Amino acid sequence: MDDFAKPQKPMFQKSEKKSRVKSLLTLVLIALVFIAPFVFQGFGQIFMVRVLAVVGLYIILALGLNIVVGYAGLLDFGHIAFYAVGAYVAMIVGTPVAKLLGSTFGGLSYFIALPVGGLVAAFVGLLLGLPVLRLRGDYLAIVTLAFGEIVRICLTNNIFGITNGASGLPAAGHALPDPFGLAWLKLHTYFTIGDNFVFTFTSNVYWYIIIVVLILVAIVVVRRQDDSRLGRSWAALREDDVAASAMGVDLTKAKLYAFALGAFWGGIAGVTFSYFQAFVSPESFTFLESSLVLAIVIIGGMGSIPGVLVGALVIQGIPEFIRGIASSGLLDSVGIHLTAEKISEVSSYRMLILGALMVVMMAVRPEGILPSKRLARELHPVKAEPVVEGPSEELDDDMLEKQ
Amino acid sequence: MTQHLVEANDATIQFGGLRAVDNVNMVIDKGEIVALIGPNGAGKTTFFNLLTGIYSPTEGEILFDGESVSGVKPHIIAKRGISRTFQNIRLFSSMTALENVMIGRHVRTKSGAFGATFHTPAFKKEEIEIQASAEYWLEFCNLSQFANEVASSLPYGVQRRLEIARALATDPKLICLDEPAAGMNPQESAKLNSLIFKVRDAGVTVLLIEHDMKVVMNLADRIYVLDFGKLIAQGNPADIQANPAVIEAYLGKGAEAMMKKNMDAKAAKGGHENA
Repeated sequence: MDDFAKPQKPMFQKSEKKSRVKSLLTLVLIALVFIAPFVFQGFGQIFMVRVLAVVGLYIILALGLNIVVGYAGLLDFGHIAFYAVGAYVAMIVGTPVAKLLGSTFGGLSYFIALPVGGLVAAFVGLLLGLPVLRLRGDYLAIVTLAFGEIVRICLTNNIFGITNGASGLPAAGHALPDPFGLAWLKLHTYFTIGDNFVFTFTSNVYWYIIIVVLILVAIVVVRRQDDSRLGRSWAALREDDVAASAMGVDLTKAKLYAFALGAFWGGIAGVTFSYFQAFVSPESFTFLESSLVLAIVIIGGMGSIPGVLVGALVIQGIPEFIRGIASSGLLDSVGIHLTAEKISEVSSYRMLILGALMVVMMAVRPEGILPSKRLARELHPVKAEPVVEGPSEELDDDMLEKQ
Repeated sequence: MTQHLVEANDATIQFGGLRAVDNVNMVIDKGEIVALIGPNGAGKTTFFNLLTGIYSPTEGEILFDGESVSGVKPHIIAKRGISRTFQNIRLFSSMTALENVMIGRHVRTKSGAFGATFHTPAFKKEEIEIQASAEYWLEFCNLSQFANEVASSLPYGVQRRLEIARALATDPKLICLDEPAAGMNPQESAKLNSLIFKVRDAGVTVLLIEHDMKVVMNLADRIYVLDFGKLIAQGNPADIQANPAVIEAYLGKGAEAMMKKNMDAKAAKGGHENA
């Protein structure tokens, strides 16, 4: 239809310009993200580096959950279970591998544990997916919730005798070695600017960078999967499963793919978490954590990757930030003096603030902070404007003649 | 003996005490346009659901291309070559028209997570094929201009045609249209008429449920009439129009005489325009 190609052209150029600005902005943001830990570390705000790293882990987790909830529309309250599986697999596989590799290369064990943890979590995701294929909505939510709790309780009860129960892994003195190259970096990247800025390469910075790289990889992979035949089948499943299956979408396959691929990123985040902490215990994987990840996806904007990034910053970042500020002594410099008691009080308020924020969000902007275009449309249906049917009459006459 | 495309043998489905489809026998041959009519609640849509795998017959069976469709999942049936539209439009409302039709290609393509993740050459080739084919079917249904419009923002008649485009994208042998002309104005239903002929000419057999008798009489080669789940008549449009059982089912007893009078008057005027 030539008549329609013409008016569209200038619009297309405009959007090209816009997308160039957008990609420039993205590059600047990525640069900032990489510079941030150096700045914080240099000024001695190690706490902030850790907060950002944890936010990063939650971004990976939420990117995985976003596949299940945002793309495929399956409500999943047990996503933290895959995080736990990844973390424990990392410890159980990583520790012997590290010993095997010896003290020089032991740090490489992370890169071996990483795919193993991801794949095991994906497999567990399949196992969860199989029995819940027929369930939808609230029923699915309850079963996945139970699944998350079962995993946590299994870990607490030292299942197969390998999880060491409530005291967690690894046992004292068996900590994992520093990752590959960290020792070298520590020696060679020490520098100071003036008196206040002293940079040393710590394991926090190291893990921060690893996590950022993982996030970038996850974003590329998840976007590609969404923008494919598989992603379209998820969208179809989410919108109307009856129509989807009538059009030939294998619902079983689409759901299992969603669970497995979502769980994979849960596992990846878990492996990284356990190496980052050098310790795992069941209490990191409570239902609260599951619901926080779900809140990240929903408040950020279901089905939207920028939404997940912002959501994680808000949900995981703000509370930690409040706690961090309260205990960092920064408030002293503006004349507010907090006792230790007050500090813990402020920390407790953070969940209250978060809760209030969530209520307001759901009332004012249910599609989330940065929703995907599709889901925004679902929640705010476009009013049917009469689209002018345009120059279709000629063709119609042809068709009529054929009769 | 040539094989029928669809062969229903005593197809029955019982919901509790209700036999929604009751011992229906039907054959459809390749290249036909067959209409299934009947009053509201006669079991027409239920029959569609039996045919497309949403329900499974409790008795009897339906053969498609010589194979039973009983208990076969809908997506497998779509793969075998039956596609459908829905009485209440079931487009993927937040997707664009083009994306909707691309979903229809799902069943004829096969790339999975691996191809999507690594953008393998086979994946890229398939994506191009999917898009090209979706564009072709949009064009076929005269919808190209709406390709990038969100489905829910389209006018009603266009949405109906888009559902047909999506169904055609699955490369069906048989397309089942559930009240395609419902809610259309005369202009739109004229367009629909020509589209359905075009579909048939493209080699796709058509089974349609329709209440708009003008559309049915115009299009159908043969008509089956259901009432309370039972087949009460079958034949060509002229036979059906004159069939007393059909008239009774639609209009109640006593209507027959009135209809006959009407028909005679029309015949005297020089033939029925639709026959």
